[in-house]
Amino acid sequence: MSDSVETAAITAAPAPGAPAVQAGQTGTVVRSTVLRRLFKNPLGIVAITILLGISLLAVLAPVLAPFEENYSNIAKTLAAPDSVNILGTDSAGRDVWSRLLFGAQLTLLSALLCAGVAIAIGLPAGLIAGYYAGKFEAVSNWVVSILMSLPGLIVLLTIRAAFGPSVWISMIAFGILISPSYFRLTRTAVQSVRNELYVDAARVSGLSDWSIIARHIFSVVRAPIIIQTAAIAGVAIAIQSGLEFLGLGDPSKATWGVMLSEGFKNVYLTPTLLFWPALAMALTIGGLVLLGNAIRDALEDGEKIKHHKKKATLESSTAAPAAARPSRKSVAAVDAGTEHHLVKVTNLGVGYPQADGSIKKVVDDVSFHVDRGEILGIVGESGSGKSQTAFSILGLLPDNARIVAGSIQFDGNYTVAPGEERVNQDRLSKLRGKRISYIPQEPMSNLDPAFTIGYQLVTPMVRVLGISKEEARKRALKLLTDVGIVNPERTFSAYPHEVSGGMAQRVLIAGAISCEPDLVIADEPTTALDVTVQADVLDLLRELQQRLNIGVILVTHNFGVVADLCDRVAVMQNGRLVEEGTVRDILRNPKDKYTRTLLASMLEGKPPMSMLVSSQKEPVA
Amino acid sequence: MIRFIAKRLGSGLVVLFVVSALTFFLLYMSSGSIARNILGDQATAEQVAIKEQELGLDQPLVVRYFAWVGDALGGNLGASWFTSEPVANSLASRIPVTMTMVFAAMILIAICAALIGVIAAVKRGWVDRVVQVGAIIGDSVPGFVIGVILVTILAIQLGLFPATSTISPESGPDAWVYSMSLPVIALLINGVTGGAQQIRSAVIKQLERDYVRTLRSRGIGEREILFKHVLRSAAPAGLTVLSLQLIGMLGGVVIIEQIFALPGMGPLAVTATGQSDLPVVMGVVMYTVVVVIVVNLLVDILNGWLNPKVRVS
Repeated sequence: MSDSVETAAITAAPAPGAPAVQAGQTGTVVRSTVLRRLFKNPLGIVAITILLGISLLAVLAPVLAPFEENYSNIAKTLAAPDSVNILGTDSAGRDVWSRLLFGAQLTLLSALLCAGVAIAIGLPAGLIAGYYAGKFEAVSNWVVSILMSLPGLIVLLTIRAAFGPSVWISMIAFGILISPSYFRLTRTAVQSVRNELYVDAARVSGLSDWSIIARHIFSVVRAPIIIQTAAIAGVAIAIQSGLEFLGLGDPSKATWGVMLSEGFKNVYLTPTLLFWPALAMALTIGGLVLLGNAIRDALEDGEKIKHHKKKATLESSTAAPAAARPSRKSVAAVDAGTEHHLVKVTNLGVGYPQADGSIKKVVDDVSFHVDRGEILGIVGESGSGKSQTAFSILGLLPDNARIVAGSIQFDGNYTVAPGEERVNQDRLSKLRGKRISYIPQEPMSNLDPAFTIGYQLVTPMVRVLGISKEEARKRALKLLTDVGIVNPERTFSAYPHEVSGGMAQRVLIAGAISCEPDLVIADEPTTALDVTVQADVLDLLRELQQRLNIGVILVTHNFGVVADLCDRVAVMQNGRLVEEGTVRDILRNPKDKYTRTLLASMLEGKPPMSMLVSSQKEPVA
Repeated sequence: MIRFIAKRLGSGLVVLFVVSALTFFLLYMSSGSIARNILGDQATAEQVAIKEQELGLDQPLVVRYFAWVGDALGGNLGASWFTSEPVANSLASRIPVTMTMVFAAMILIAICAALIGVIAAVKRGWVDRVVQVGAIIGDSVPGFVIGVILVTILAIQLGLFPATSTISPESGPDAWVYSMSLPVIALLINGVTGGAQQIRSAVIKQLERDYVRTLRSRGIGEREILFKHVLRSAAPAGLTVLSLQLIGMLGGVVIIEQIFALPGMGPLAVTATGQSDLPVVMGVVMYTVVVVIVVNLLVDILNGWLNPKVRVS
């Protein structure tokens, strides 16, 4: 009951915010498609049918009801259904069907009143707080936190004690109590729009503040408010009937709550008295909940479709021919095991199933190998499939990814055998951490904020190497020193948010080499770092790689990093490998046109060969 | 951490003060005919005047409020106008029943919601669909209707549990378990689906975080990642939901107690409300606000323990 008030407020409030912004920006076109999508959704149709049906019954109650709501026939109490009283009578001989109809009227009206009051308070307050912020926002936040901390039913009991049994007064009070849900929703939406460029533009063009609010922001909050209203109307109905069930409602009015209470008193004699009002309530509230969900789904689907379209137009220009599924499985089988490499990727294809049943390839026909003591750079723009290739070696592709072609071998064993749709997790989970490890791109987001750095270094060593915690701690401190951290003890006991990005990346590198792997996959290890720190981290990587004689796959978009660090390089574009060779060859004599463009754009204004001749570490950003 | 708690406690006291003042003025502002109500229609105007003086109703509202605050600070919440029983005593005898039920239900909800939510998030498929549908049903059927259905089927039709109970603080633990299991189940059913759905979305959100991938790459097992890292990061979201559910449950339990005829806060609150027995209503509101403040404080402390960032700042 009233606990669902709060839950509803949480679930409904933040979720629709984002899509709503989109919906508002594009105006009425989107709204009409949302409506159309709503009518296509079977649940949406069911919800609208139920709610319309009940509203119709409520409006027509005076016409449809055979009796007055309180007309009682003392001679015929607790009667079974017959032709006169089609649902029977209650303990006072009143017609159950008539009372249900009049109850619908009162129930719906009181829910509307409650939502109306809540909107009348929450919406303007949220608009003002979101738009002007400042003191008003601080004060209203405080009021909101108080209102949210009061259980609805207890407040309604107090109101009842003070003002007597009136449906209308209690619903107005509940409307005030629940207005924070509209307030928060409106404020959040307004805040997200406030700084948008077009609002600034509107201001520059001389529109007054209020017309800005009316034009732009109101259209943004419209959809979330409808969703919220569906939820709140349901909660209002539930809480009002709860109050009436307790016998604290207005006994002269026929409401579903009063009927439930009456039914419960006679539950031993006529349980059906309980059934009808309960069914009516469940149908109405269920209809409201479903309606809210359906509108939200319609908004979110709109988002998905938009994204798909964008992606599709982006990819289709070049990768479209790849969509036809080539069968290269036999090739891979023949290829296997002819030469022994640390990692051997053969004709790899990775794809994602789409809503229409097709598979969108993000990696297509990629082959390369890496040996121990060697650094292979994989270069390409974002979206070229280089990270997807790296993650398929690690076996850490998203759940919905599919291997559509080719194979991957690690040290002679298949981790993706030819013909397999997925990475073999049984085999890879034994290799990960121990023999293959990973250095991520974003240092901060790749450490669990809730655990100390020391814990995050020690645990993998304990799990993978089976050493004691004490032993692992010693090694972790040594590793931290090795990666150039001046005060390892302090970093060891620090939480991730207490260290800098550069230091966090050193920690992640220490973690990657902690179990003495044979292969390290580094995904843009310097991109998120300051330029000054980048050079240090690259130095560190090279030093560690040479000392430990490990193989490294370095995924990057930066040819400067490649020239600085790698032995060989593979260039990727739109999921395909366009060129592969030694760094010297590719930099000196790029055969593919794309490589040349890439090189030209990255080494602009510099003589291309200077990087190789002098061994300067300065990265070309 | 101590400063953090002190600050929270301080703001809790401010809330307590504000709510008590608001409730007091709201209740007594419109209480013109209290003495008349208590004495009945036969009483003479003189008798009514004497009664009003006795109850202190002739004093200005503000004076009465501060007198009430002074008494309340000394543990005296006044006495019922109808039974003359001290409000503090009635509360003390009823709080154990209600709180036992609320906390039993909350603990069960927390455990079940966490388990169901995690399973739904990880396995997806049919478990997930059941949770989604369950959450919609849980939202659609008010908690007291679930209670009524349980009583009708399990207690009245099948006779598995008592429909009503006669427990007192002196009854043995078995009597408490026997008569409270059905009401606790009713509270549980009402809260668990919503909680599970919140945990589900929090876990899904956490599973997509970068650090989960890195933990996997380090060779940490799926189960350890799930229960040690992901659940811990998802816990603050879950705690917030649970605390809101608990607040809501303080209202819901009133109805549940009425249905199952349990001698908790519910019947006291309902009777007092029906009679406009204002000192008792005031006491019920104060008890509620104190519970809410304590729960919120506990949630803040737990969050601080779960999230080192909060703890430091």
